[in-house]
Amino acid sequence: MTSLLKNSELSLEKADKIVSETLNSCDDGELYVEDTKSETIVLDDNKIKSSNYTSDLGYGFRAVTGDTVAYSHSNEISEKSLKNSSDNLKSTLKNNSGTYNSEIKKTNQKLYKDIDPIESKSMKSKIELLNNMNEYARSKDSSVKQVTASLLAEKKNIEIIRSGGELLSDNRPLVRINMSVMVEKNGRKETGVYGIGGRQDYDEYLKNDNWKKVCDEAFRIANTNIESKPSPAGEMKVVLGPGWPAILIHEAVGHGLEGDFNRKKTSAFHDLVGKKVASKGVTIIDDGTIDNRRGSLNIDDEGTPTERTVLIEDGILKNFMQDRLNARLMNTKSTGNGRRESYKHVVMPRMRNTIMLGGTNTQEEMIKSVDKGIFAVSFGGGQVDITSGKFVFNCTEAYEIINGKVGAPIKGATLIGDGPSSLKEILMVGNDMMLDPGIGTCGKAGQGVPVGVGQPSLLINNMTVGGTQL
Amino acid sequence: MIKDQDYLKKIADICLSKSKKLGSTDASILVQSSVSENINVRNKKLDGSERSENLGVVLTTYLGKKKSSIASSNLKESNLNELVDRCIETMKITPEDEYNSLPDKDLHFSGLKDLDLYDETHLSNEDKINYIKEAEDEAFSNNKIVNTNGSGFGENKSNFLLANSNGFADGYKTSQFTAYCEVVSKSNGSMERDYEYTSKRFYNDILKPKELGSIAADHAVKKLNPKKIKSEKISLIFDKRISKNFLSIFASAISSSAIAKGTTFLKDKLNQKVFNTEININDRGDIKKANGSRYFDSEGIGIINLDLIKNGILQDYLIDTYNGKKINRKSNGRASGTTNLYFENGSKTFSELIKSEKKLLYIKETIGHGTNIINGDYSVGASGIMIENGEFSYPVSEITIAGNLNNIFQNITLADDLEFNYSTNSPTMHVEGMIVGGK
Repeated sequence: MTSLLKNSELSLEKADKIVSETLNSCDDGELYVEDTKSETIVLDDNKIKSSNYTSDLGYGFRAVTGDTVAYSHSNEISEKSLKNSSDNLKSTLKNNSGTYNSEIKKTNQKLYKDIDPIESKSMKSKIELLNNMNEYARSKDSSVKQVTASLLAEKKNIEIIRSGGELLSDNRPLVRINMSVMVEKNGRKETGVYGIGGRQDYDEYLKNDNWKKVCDEAFRIANTNIESKPSPAGEMKVVLGPGWPAILIHEAVGHGLEGDFNRKKTSAFHDLVGKKVASKGVTIIDDGTIDNRRGSLNIDDEGTPTERTVLIEDGILKNFMQDRLNARLMNTKSTGNGRRESYKHVVMPRMRNTIMLGGTNTQEEMIKSVDKGIFAVSFGGGQVDITSGKFVFNCTEAYEIINGKVGAPIKGATLIGDGPSSLKEILMVGNDMMLDPGIGTCGKAGQGVPVGVGQPSLLINNMTVGGTQL
Repeated sequence: MIKDQDYLKKIADICLSKSKKLGSTDASILVQSSVSENINVRNKKLDGSERSENLGVVLTTYLGKKKSSIASSNLKESNLNELVDRCIETMKITPEDEYNSLPDKDLHFSGLKDLDLYDETHLSNEDKINYIKEAEDEAFSNNKIVNTNGSGFGENKSNFLLANSNGFADGYKTSQFTAYCEVVSKSNGSMERDYEYTSKRFYNDILKPKELGSIAADHAVKKLNPKKIKSEKISLIFDKRISKNFLSIFASAISSSAIAKGTTFLKDKLNQKVFNTEININDRGDIKKANGSRYFDSEGIGIINLDLIKNGILQDYLIDTYNGKKINRKSNGRASGTTNLYFENGSKTFSELIKSEKKLLYIKETIGHGTNIINGDYSVGASGIMIENGEFSYPVSEITIAGNLNNIFQNITLADDLEFNYSTNSPTMHVEGMIVGGK
């Protein structure tokens, strides 16, 4: 195996020696080496505004004993630098000693190809694509006043060197195509945003002129919002569309089920395992093993193979998402959720693709059953307060429901709810489970990682809608 | 150790001369070096330590009106050579953009560097741990504090060099000392978290640990056993840690990039009344030791002080070279955004402000990203405390607040309690008549 260290001043043998010598008296830890190349090309205001290529190489050296983590990272890859890091880790952990657990599951999992999506499409054709997207979106209607389109591709190669010389690696491609359209009509301005992506080459996402659908969708959302009226305020029934609205699941329960918050007992869910936390019929999983999805990984950033983890089964809380540290301290096994943004960041339990499985109801039934409420089809960002359980997210496409019928579009409303209680308010689970188009990035403690979500249509009995219309 | 100017200069020279050799007409480069050390403590015990050494280079090359950029953390000469090659290749096939250029030479910074932005103080890990343990000890002396989410202390030192092919080459060291304490309170089945945060360029300027811990504890305890209120129209008081967010929103709405594209609700509002006549907003880069102070922006243009709002009237935009050309304006040194941005003090005391109406809602926290710069719509989740007859009465949570920024800006009244704790600062703020979504 050729190592990422091959062109550096540090040989794999030397690295092995320092790693083993440093970690022998610790419970866990590893040397994580990362080589990331990424390219972003942005078209904005009718011009190719920027083309940036980034090449980032560095290591993060971690030693863990008990519940104390010592971490040191650098982009100077040399024996001297690694030795400095080793000294730094030892000085933090000098009063503790542990027993290194060298056990780590092996896998041949191949969820995506080892490709370089940056090189597989020429710069010329990328620029041409962006220009086509711009022209096509502007040609849709004279009300289109502004278009921003971007292409992002990344190839992240990682290597994990554990004490005893074990070496684990993963090569992760990632692609994203984004479109934002601003429409202006009768003095009003609204935007629509849409994107697609995942862990395949650009061409897989561009088949059959698929880029046109991305433009169509961004325009459709902007054009819908231009007709929107002020959103109502107060508690009401909410129907959520399938797919991307599952960021509600991500915020409302996902974060609260991450191992660190529960080990520390700061999550509203920490004492609820085995208890009913959602309506019957609600099953939620976190799956890192779906082919080519944005949130999928062959191994997590500690080397553990990812898996399909059942979090909530038929309403009952079953499992938390774990990295090695929190699993060890909670007497369980890592679920392959140990992730980090880059070598500059410490590992934490993070979501992968978080999905609510499908049920039996139709979306039509749900809407028909609502006298007064809203139908939320797409969202911008969300956020949660783990401790109080309160979460919010912002609608980017929503409609009022009056007497069982979908009515006028409503303006950017915020929905706010309480995590542990909102899943008990689910009245119907749809039969139309859908995954999101591949655009999600989750932020936690300042670290962003790519994730996926999915859900069927849902009817929620009661949520607070934040609007301006009393 | 952070690298010195000589080292940074060597890297810059390699890249600039190589790009010139390969045919670029212009180039600019940023070389950075930083070292940061962070300590985390939880429940008065060491939770973790982190040391980071970062090196980085960002190079932009021009061929007439064509432009391309590369960035890398791998500063080996062979890698740099490869990347410059790549940058030049990409540049050649990138379409021309008439607005691309290096900044105006006449605007380059050339002055004294006397703002005191670097504190050499180095704290040992022991000292950092002691500081933050003392803060947690103080928080735990409040008997409703049962847990912590973790508290931390960080020390960051950095050095950089910015250079371009028009002869600009300058850089300087900065430091930042940061501490935070995040605690969990519990009572009668209610669990809440809150924090306090301090960050300054000089170690002696940060909050003392006891203050940090007691403020965090006080915040978390005051949130316990909240009520949800009915939807209503009510005037809000924004705590200083929230009111400053309206300045950040204002800043993004007057950036020359948003103005040039027309993607802001403040387009075409220059010389018009955007706030009420008592409001003044300034952006000053020359305050000694301040977090937002700098000598020049990311293009090397000297910072001038801006009176952005005078008696409620919009006086200026935040302008960089590229977007400035689009709107026929010279850069005013804001390619890196605002410096020390603040509302001038209002005329009322805090106590007068909270007594100004019989019933007011005091907002201490907002969550979510519900600000639309394009049309000014604002809708976020919030929690706070109800004020009745000038007295804080009970905590409120799981509500939303909504309005349009055009109206919000016109309805702001400020207290006289401005402090320079962050780079963006506001006094306590009263906003008349916003819509609260609740029960």
